[in-house]
Amino acid sequence: MAVNLKQLTQSEDLLAGGHRACAGCTGSNILRQIMLTAGPDTVVGGATGCMEVVTTIFPYTAWKTSFIHSAFENCAATISGVETAFRALKKSGELPVAREKMNFIAFGGDGGTYDIGLQSLSGAMERGHNMLYVCYDNEAYMNTGIQRSSATPLGAHTSTAPAGTVKQGKEQNRKDLTKIMVAHNIPYVAQTTPFHWKDLATKVEKALACDGPAFLNILMPCTVGWHFDTAIGMEIAREAVETNFWPLFEVEDGRYTINHKPKERAPIADWMKKQGRFKHLFKPGNEHLLETSQKYVDDQWEKLLKLEAMSNG
Amino acid sequence: MQQKLVALSGNEAVAYAFKQARPHVAAAFPITPQTEMMHKYAEFVANGESATEMILVESEHSAMSAAVGSAAAGARTFTATSSAGFALMWEVVYIAASLRLPICMAMVNRALSGNINIHCDHSDSMGGRDAGWIHLFSENAQESYDNGLMAWRIAEHMDVRLPVMVNYDGFIISHTADALHMLPDEAAWKFIGPYKHKYTLLDVENPITVGPLDLTDYYFEHKTSQLAAYDKVPGVVQAVSDEFGKLTGRHYGFAEEYLLDDAEMVMVILGSSAGTAKDVIDEYRAKGVKAGLLKLRMFRPFPAAYVAKVLAGRKAVAVLDRSASFGGFGGPVFTEVRSAMYGQKVPVHGYIYGLGGRDFDLRQVATVLDNLQKVAAGGQIEDVNLLGVRL
Repeated sequence: MAVNLKQLTQSEDLLAGGHRACAGCTGSNILRQIMLTAGPDTVVGGATGCMEVVTTIFPYTAWKTSFIHSAFENCAATISGVETAFRALKKSGELPVAREKMNFIAFGGDGGTYDIGLQSLSGAMERGHNMLYVCYDNEAYMNTGIQRSSATPLGAHTSTAPAGTVKQGKEQNRKDLTKIMVAHNIPYVAQTTPFHWKDLATKVEKALACDGPAFLNILMPCTVGWHFDTAIGMEIAREAVETNFWPLFEVEDGRYTINHKPKERAPIADWMKKQGRFKHLFKPGNEHLLETSQKYVDDQWEKLLKLEAMSNG
Repeated sequence: MQQKLVALSGNEAVAYAFKQARPHVAAAFPITPQTEMMHKYAEFVANGESATEMILVESEHSAMSAAVGSAAAGARTFTATSSAGFALMWEVVYIAASLRLPICMAMVNRALSGNINIHCDHSDSMGGRDAGWIHLFSENAQESYDNGLMAWRIAEHMDVRLPVMVNYDGFIISHTADALHMLPDEAAWKFIGPYKHKYTLLDVENPITVGPLDLTDYYFEHKTSQLAAYDKVPGVVQAVSDEFGKLTGRHYGFAEEYLLDDAEMVMVILGSSAGTAKDVIDEYRAKGVKAGLLKLRMFRPFPAAYVAKVLAGRKAVAVLDRSASFGGFGGPVFTEVRSAMYGQKVPVHGYIYGLGGRDFDLRQVATVLDNLQKVAAGGQIEDVNLLGVRL
């Protein structure tokens, strides 16, 4: 199972241009990359959120495969229904076009996944549907106006936890959804970014090939919510990995593999400095917050190394 | 048609009816008093009597969501719930109707919280009366079973394509063993037939987008086309019921008209309470009181023209609601009936009874009939009255 760039370039682009994503959005790039690997025998579900809104404004759709949106918090449950219908209709010989296998992919942002849709996601994963759930994690509720989510990192400015004269943005650390998904003991869980195209395509391939549910958490730098120049979204994604803020790793049947270990991790402050959402943290008096952020990243990385060693031991 | 006489609870009867429709998928989460219905269905599947794929979800919100996904994929799909379970589905209940998905649902009527109460009233389904589903009500296990068969034909009719809920009273019907006639499986299948969908997500050669963002430029037109669908429902309900009547000898319409021909006074009621009301009406008839009963079977879409016609010229009408509309002018059935009677000089009064499973007894019916006589004679009573409650 080796991803071949040449082959990918020849695959049909299943997300048409002309969708309404913002200039510099890395989310549509994530969708396109996933669909290049998944191919046309796929049904896509979208939770209410940026990528749903920008790809399906009636009477237009950017989707060249079938797509369903129902609501915000229920994408996993909705796709679990589609997947079950596929199995039932295959069993009774009533599929409109005979297929041995189809891909069922649910997309949600961090709002639809970490927060309001967590129950629906957990249920679908536990039930063992043959589906891939993809979280495009842009670390806040961007679609509704950049409100904090449980994926927002400590100190980030958002519209509901803004930096002010007495508060310095979000006061809590982000929750580790990827590990929550690992705890479901499903066949495949992984993290990646749109910059690491080969890593991403390989992970999509593995996720779709496994027998049972799979979960991908994909960091999606957001030019509007993170406040960086529209040209550097991919660079922000790359540096999130080089700082160990967003490690590339996968968990196959409980076995951890870190797919990229930076030779010398870059300081988290370098990455934060490029993003307006962290601007206030560089004011005098907030040094401790930068230190706390660095310590959090380093601690999480140490834990991940231990998990890798333990699960392969 | 040779039919088998059996003794079943309402829950079992509806489980059998749904099984005879050979649905592809069922998605449900347990809640009292619906539980036994899904237990029975799970047994069918476990014993190989049904090939239905069950999605045993973690909440009713996911039950309705999975049902939407399944139906949009072209599978015949059902769910079942009660009370708070339906309330949790809320958002997706509207979506199912708006996407024109012919899902069938067993709605085992139970009071809404709070305070929490597991017994029958109609506050659950009534809360969803504007969500776009077709609401059928049943008086007993037989009618629950019959509605459970006809629901599929109505929901899946190409002019309709709307979800149907089969309402039957929690515990009073759901948990009471009752005698009923069942169609043989083959006859039921011949009546219902296979599901023919119009669109499916699974047709890889004709991909579709379902549930797009619909803004100021199109949403209203889409809602208008949805509204137009409800005009088609009464005709389809009647046609399906007529066909069913020929097959089984059990005849249904929008309502059952009990001793209505010469009735000067009419009670309007839903569900199991009709049985109690009929008994007392019989007693009053024996005393020479010209009373009758209109037992509504189809509450949504509300058959306003039919109701206006059937109640025209009566001396007094009493509408009984097993739910309250807090802050509203009487219960939901009363509001509809009074509105349908606009322009007629027939006095229409409302009653709220039986909340949280409070027994609907013979004395309450007698009170209503006594009041009807008083009103018919020109007397005055309150617009909206309470029955069977300590004040």
